[in-house]
Amino acid sequence: MKNDTIAAISTAVTNSGIGIIRVSGEQAISVVDRIYRSKDSKKKLSLQPSHTIHYGFIMDGEEVIDEVLVSLMRAPKSYTTEDVVEINCHGGIYSLRRVLDTVIRHGARPAEPGEFTKRAFLNGRIDLSQAEAVIDVINAKNEFALKSSLSQLKGSVHEKIVCQRGKLLEELAFIEAALDDPEHISLDGYEGKLEQETEQILREIQALIRSADNGHIIKEGIQTVILGKPNAGKSSVLNALLQEERAIVTEVAGTTRDVLEAAFSLDGILLNLVDTAGIRATEDLVEKIGVEKAKEKAEQADLVIYVVDSSTEPDENDREIMNFLTEKKAIILLNKSDLPPVTTVETIEKMTGKAFPVLAVSAKEQKGLDLLEKQIQEMFYDGEVSFNDEIYITNARQKEALIRAEDSLKKVLLSIENQMPEDFFSIDLMDAYASLGEIIGESVGEDLVNEIFAKFCMGK
Amino acid sequence: MNRVEEYVDVVVVGAGHAGCEAALACARLGMETLMFTVSVDSIALMPCNPNIGGSSKGHLVREVDALGGEMGKNIDRTFIQSKMLNISKGPAVHSLRAQADKSNYSRSMRRVLEQTDHLQIKQMEVTELIVDKQILTGVKTLSGAFYHCKAAILCTGTYLKARCIYGDVSMHTGPNGLQAADYLTDSLVKNGVKMYRFKTGTPARIAKKSIDFSKMEEQKGDETIVPFSFTTDPESIQKEQVSCWLTYTNEKTHEIIRENLDRSPLFSGVIEGTGPRYCPSIEDKVVRFSDKPKHQVFIEPEGIHTDEMYIDGMSSSLPEDVQVRMYRSVPGLENAQIVRNAYAIEYDCIDARQLKLSLEFKTISGLFSAGQFNGSSGYEEAAAQGLIAGINAARKIQKKEPFILDRSEAYIGVLIDDLVTKENLEPYRMMTSRAEYRLLLRQDNADIRLTKKGHEIGLIDDCRYQKLLRKEREIEQEVSRLEKTYIGAGKNIQDFLEAHGSIGLRSSATFAELIRRPELSYEILAEIDPGRPVLSKEVADQVNILIKYDGYLQRQLRQVEQFRKLEKKEIPDFVNYDDVPSLRIEARQKLKLYQPSSIGQASRIAGVSPADISVLLVYLEKERQRKKYE
Repeated sequence: MKNDTIAAISTAVTNSGIGIIRVSGEQAISVVDRIYRSKDSKKKLSLQPSHTIHYGFIMDGEEVIDEVLVSLMRAPKSYTTEDVVEINCHGGIYSLRRVLDTVIRHGARPAEPGEFTKRAFLNGRIDLSQAEAVIDVINAKNEFALKSSLSQLKGSVHEKIVCQRGKLLEELAFIEAALDDPEHISLDGYEGKLEQETEQILREIQALIRSADNGHIIKEGIQTVILGKPNAGKSSVLNALLQEERAIVTEVAGTTRDVLEAAFSLDGILLNLVDTAGIRATEDLVEKIGVEKAKEKAEQADLVIYVVDSSTEPDENDREIMNFLTEKKAIILLNKSDLPPVTTVETIEKMTGKAFPVLAVSAKEQKGLDLLEKQIQEMFYDGEVSFNDEIYITNARQKEALIRAEDSLKKVLLSIENQMPEDFFSIDLMDAYASLGEIIGESVGEDLVNEIFAKFCMGK
Repeated sequence: MNRVEEYVDVVVVGAGHAGCEAALACARLGMETLMFTVSVDSIALMPCNPNIGGSSKGHLVREVDALGGEMGKNIDRTFIQSKMLNISKGPAVHSLRAQADKSNYSRSMRRVLEQTDHLQIKQMEVTELIVDKQILTGVKTLSGAFYHCKAAILCTGTYLKARCIYGDVSMHTGPNGLQAADYLTDSLVKNGVKMYRFKTGTPARIAKKSIDFSKMEEQKGDETIVPFSFTTDPESIQKEQVSCWLTYTNEKTHEIIRENLDRSPLFSGVIEGTGPRYCPSIEDKVVRFSDKPKHQVFIEPEGIHTDEMYIDGMSSSLPEDVQVRMYRSVPGLENAQIVRNAYAIEYDCIDARQLKLSLEFKTISGLFSAGQFNGSSGYEEAAAQGLIAGINAARKIQKKEPFILDRSEAYIGVLIDDLVTKENLEPYRMMTSRAEYRLLLRQDNADIRLTKKGHEIGLIDDCRYQKLLRKEREIEQEVSRLEKTYIGAGKNIQDFLEAHGSIGLRSSATFAELIRRPELSYEILAEIDPGRPVLSKEVADQVNILIKYDGYLQRQLRQVEQFRKLEKKEIPDFVNYDDVPSLRIEARQKLKLYQPSSIGQASRIAGVSPADISVLLVYLEKERQRKKYE
């Protein structure tokens, strides 16, 4: 069975600066050849023997993206038994992501969750005893990808895709209804309307692609949730963090009024703060939305910062949440160190059995926040906290789907321009509809038939 | 011995469009075939619309014909008007539709059946299936006779526990007042078959002499008639055609309907069955599309020897008095004399997910089914299934692999895959939008797609097969010639192009490149192509389509290649889904219920995710390796 060519980041994405992009499949070598340039610009990877390493650059047109070492492993002597190319990158997370992007633009597609392992197994590379483990890998990766492709997708993006998909379906249903029942529904003069509509949808999709380039489609970085009771000073901690010139990377108000998120870089570590109540809102998340909601938020986070007011006694809610947090990576901030202490670092450590680092800070006086910063960095570099690298591939997958939708819509416009009959339009409209569906996790199913019957009075 | 006891190879229950194709296929493949019908006079009856074909249904008829079925030939013998629909659109959606002379259609099919060797017709109701250890061994009739058989094909149409209804009138009959079949359902249920109850309907028939056609628009047939069957010589069927007529409902019609909705059995709940959305009754249309001020009504002749006209677009189950007023509110029908009332009909059918792709029951070996019994609607859908069920019943007896068409090969493949893989909660109708690869599944190339297969099966004779090979060769050679032949940018060429609204050539180009221009075609270029061989219209059409739409066709072919990869991965019968680790619960339940035959089919089941498919693939590979070691 011939397999298409897939690519993914195959090392954990950390800030260590080194990472590997793995490409596998029949076209693996030729895909990388298209973007690889050796020092003297003369070397062709396709002419090199198997199991060799080559120094050079990954290019996007004339622009150097990264200085790399490329390893070639020809079929069948590779992990997947297909042709495999591994690109060792040195330029950190950003360039790793750009290299992946470039590989995908030049003919590979983003790998499905666990797909390298799946191929290795199906091609007989991994033996029987490991089969169960393979299934587990696929499942674990898939679960994460599902979570990230759905929950990581920004609410506003989700809504836009649903909206454009709806428009596509309307046009499709009209064309198809007319084809099925030409004596009842006429397509005369329809191309003009479809052209306008398609151009508009295309513009929306292109805007989404641009925002994908800026990382606005999904939330990347360490998902960090800051929890705390109202008087704990959660908001001042947030404000202090943001005001301290942490270089706000994004700040996008979502469509639901009270969702606000901010990402900022902490010496190269991307923190993504998410909060349904709005990170600047002063209301108390714990009391207002309840302990359960706090748990739910914490569940989705890579890192939880729990803010406690050191000038009061911790109550039952505090206990319950901290108890729950023992399952998670968390930091307890004992805020208001400028006030006479009622609760001390020792009190909390006793309560939690030293499960978390506890820091005394004063958000008001901007004291101790450097400790928090240091603590986060330590946890990150020690590997305690990491954000799952699947997220980059998820982003790449979604972007690729958007680009496919864009291509399909351009084909629709081309078909209209070339005066093709109407039934040709629906081929590419349907492809665009399916591609957009992948992003929000919806398949095509009976959508079209249902829409036709809902909107048009069909048949005899 | 006090009762009849006989032995045959195949029993076919029902003589409608599915039953006829099933019985003919079996008999022509050498099986001793016995066909039961509740009335010999109702063989190949068209109890609803008086036409064959139409959008996507015309494709089915072509495919049935290409495989050696009878429907196409029979309508070519008996049509009274013919029309190619969607002619202004792409070749993939051109669709042939012919008005039939209903009684001639029925009579002609009956003659074919009667003249076929190995085929017996019997007027009798089958009441019971004889099943021994999940294997069908025979059937029992109302008269108490036993017919032992190796396979049976159920094509009971709308007859099982049928009930015809309008207003408060409810009759326990099949269509057209024919006797219903009341016993077979019980026997099926006893054998573990899950039944559904569906509903459909038909409009009134009105006497022609009572209609004022001057208030209607005439709808004529095509000037040049294209036959359905690839074996029919087009010259032989160019004939005088009858017209249909178009009129419209109006606000008054809708008012009459709205005022009487409470008397409709559909709205009052008397009718339990699920009706089709694509073929709504007029009261349904008025309710669901209340913003439409009028609906089209086509008046179509039921034949040339009858005065009855079919009122297409106004099926109904409203009470008789409402029907009279409703029809008479339509321009041209003011004095309408209703010959037969409109009615809704309810009937038992099955959840077709109990069938394999061969149309054999998964749990009863040797029992096949086809047509409306499987939850489809339409004469053409029925015929297509009947043919496949007939072929597969014969092959089962001959111990051959089942014959299965996939979604990339034929509309028939789409139809059957949809029926047995998806949950259908209403009568299923074929639509072109259901065919993913419709550019490849055109009605014009059904012979090229399928006639070779028909020959292998044994339903296509050598002569027809050789003809097909010749046609294929001619197409191939001509396409290749046009791709390779360059014409220069000489003055005569530039003038020719200008005259056809096409921009001039800067350098030489191939004929193929010119054919791809929207304003040009193979036919138009004849003038500047002196080296062109003499070819039939059918071959010329293929050449034009293959060149003109080449880019799109290649794309679909690539998609098909992807699709086939999964389709080819068979799921063996031994899979116990409870043993497959990590399947999600929903997927596990669905897979157990459907027992898909391939990974491709499994992936089309709602509720089975791509991750489940991955898990299943890995499991199957593991099992394969384990078996290899053992």
